[in-house]
Amino acid sequence: MSQPESAIADAQAGGPKNGTPTKGQEPLAKLAERYGLRRAIARPSLPVYLRQLWERRHFITTYATARNVSKYSNSALGQLWQVLTPLLNAAIYYVMFGLILGAKGGIENYPAFLITGMFVFTYTQRSVSSGAKSISGNLSLIRALHFPRAALPLAYTIQEFQQLLISMGVLVVLVVITGELPTWLWLLVPVALALQTMFNIGASLVLARVGASARDLNQLLPFIMRTWLYASGVFFSIQDRVVNAAHLPQWIADVMYFNPAAAYMELMRDLLMKTHELRPYIWQVCVFWAVFALIGGFWYFWRAEEKYGRG
Amino acid sequence: MAELTEELSHVKAEEPGVPSTDVRVHPDPEPAGKDKERVPTVIVDDLHIIYRVYGAATDNEKGNAANALMRLVKRQGRPQMKEVHAVRGVSFVAYHGDAIGIVGRNGSGKSTMLRAIAGLLPPHSGAVYTDGQPSLLGVNAALMRELTGERNIVLGCYAMGMNPAQVKEKYDDIVDFSGIGEFVQFPMSTYSSGMGARLRFAIASAKSHDVLLIDEALATGDREFKRKSQERIKQMRQEAGTVFLVAHNLDVIEETCNRVIWLHKGKIKMDGDPKTVLAAYNA
Repeated sequence: MSQPESAIADAQAGGPKNGTPTKGQEPLAKLAERYGLRRAIARPSLPVYLRQLWERRHFITTYATARNVSKYSNSALGQLWQVLTPLLNAAIYYVMFGLILGAKGGIENYPAFLITGMFVFTYTQRSVSSGAKSISGNLSLIRALHFPRAALPLAYTIQEFQQLLISMGVLVVLVVITGELPTWLWLLVPVALALQTMFNIGASLVLARVGASARDLNQLLPFIMRTWLYASGVFFSIQDRVVNAAHLPQWIADVMYFNPAAAYMELMRDLLMKTHELRPYIWQVCVFWAVFALIGGFWYFWRAEEKYGRG
Repeated sequence: MAELTEELSHVKAEEPGVPSTDVRVHPDPEPAGKDKERVPTVIVDDLHIIYRVYGAATDNEKGNAANALMRLVKRQGRPQMKEVHAVRGVSFVAYHGDAIGIVGRNGSGKSTMLRAIAGLLPPHSGAVYTDGQPSLLGVNAALMRELTGERNIVLGCYAMGMNPAQVKEKYDDIVDFSGIGEFVQFPMSTYSSGMGARLRFAIASAKSHDVLLIDEALATGDREFKRKSQERIKQMRQEAGTVFLVAHNLDVIEETCNRVIWLHKGKIKMDGDPKTVLAAYNA
């Protein structure tokens, strides 16, 4: 299926025997070339692809908004669920880990620590898992209309981003209620979110391609996500549990902090909570993941552009 | 069709093992001497398309977990994945100004081939070469039933690649043509099937295309709307360079097409002027 070469070879070898008129007939591929016809399914170069994607920006945002609107259109409370869902989640996690399991472990202002981590992690988790379904769940769309396929994972991430904006409002209110006062550092919150969004886009592009061919991914994903959740220190301090309590070497904690979900959570906690200890190199790690995932994700997704839709 | 060289029974040399009754009345892509001006717009070159279908049950299999485990143990791969060879080696050349009807039984690969020409289904082998971007007439897949007609019009237009200015310009046209009136503010899930079909057609036909692919089941709705939509299709055909039309309604094909391709089980059984092919098809 490496296409251009094999197609020409096919045309030369298989053209005449295949019922095309034989008398003095040039191969169809040559005829196409002579009249400047292009392969219908050819993959554009990466710059062209990005430009096409940019031209489709209205479709992407409209599609994301439409999905968000239709998601709650059948419930009585409607769009209010966009606020209620994160609130309820925060409440459950607080009761579970804060009160029952006592995961606090000497963290100051544990409620703020927990809900910040929860909201940040949820954003990445939802972007990635919806991205994994963005191609495999939209085959009918892919088989009916022509557009750069990266528009779909992008739209899904933007849909999550729109939800995040609402959750962030909730988060800021909750954090203030727990006793954190706004500081100048809060102005950097949008920067942190932008970096995380870049990472999410990249990650969901990668998973979109994987999920397009590996059907079982959607069954596995919940387990992967839960493992990721527990390993990222959403409701405990990695430093505290891994090094101080379990007496494991420091490098294990460092590796765990290098994981992108943990990094973006730590960054957001640094910004929002005065009492939170600043991790070294946290900005560098966050920028690295954002750039690496975004570029790598686009490249990886684009490489299979012409294959989406075969199912 | 003067340029048709009626080479009857140009029986095709076939790959061994595959029985074939491929009879062609082939319109020679380059009739010697005359009509050198004809410009090809779509070239389909030995196109094969294989679908992978998941969840298709095989004969002696009950889809339970124990069987699935046994299959894994016996290393039988994924038997639930079946391959459907929908298009098996189709080649033809379509020219500027052609209106090509495609006929064939259900499941003969008509819609699949259209999707491949549109560049929406990757070929398994072979290739489709086109001039400009062929588009399927139809936006159903992009629309969402829970949303209002208004939102769906905007969404559908963007999905077809319009920009905001074009959407604004076409919006009223679409509402007028669909004739759904104030229902445009209601969710599409509340529409009658006729209203839904009318809105979908109105959106889909709002854009002009170089190479237009029309799958059947578009001319739905009441008689008045049927007439309107057929007029619209005629008009779109005149604007487009090349039109492919899939239909079971042979009258429509005879009326609008200057060439007919008969697909049978994924292969071209006949290709030529409408009268000859339709007569054979009806026989």
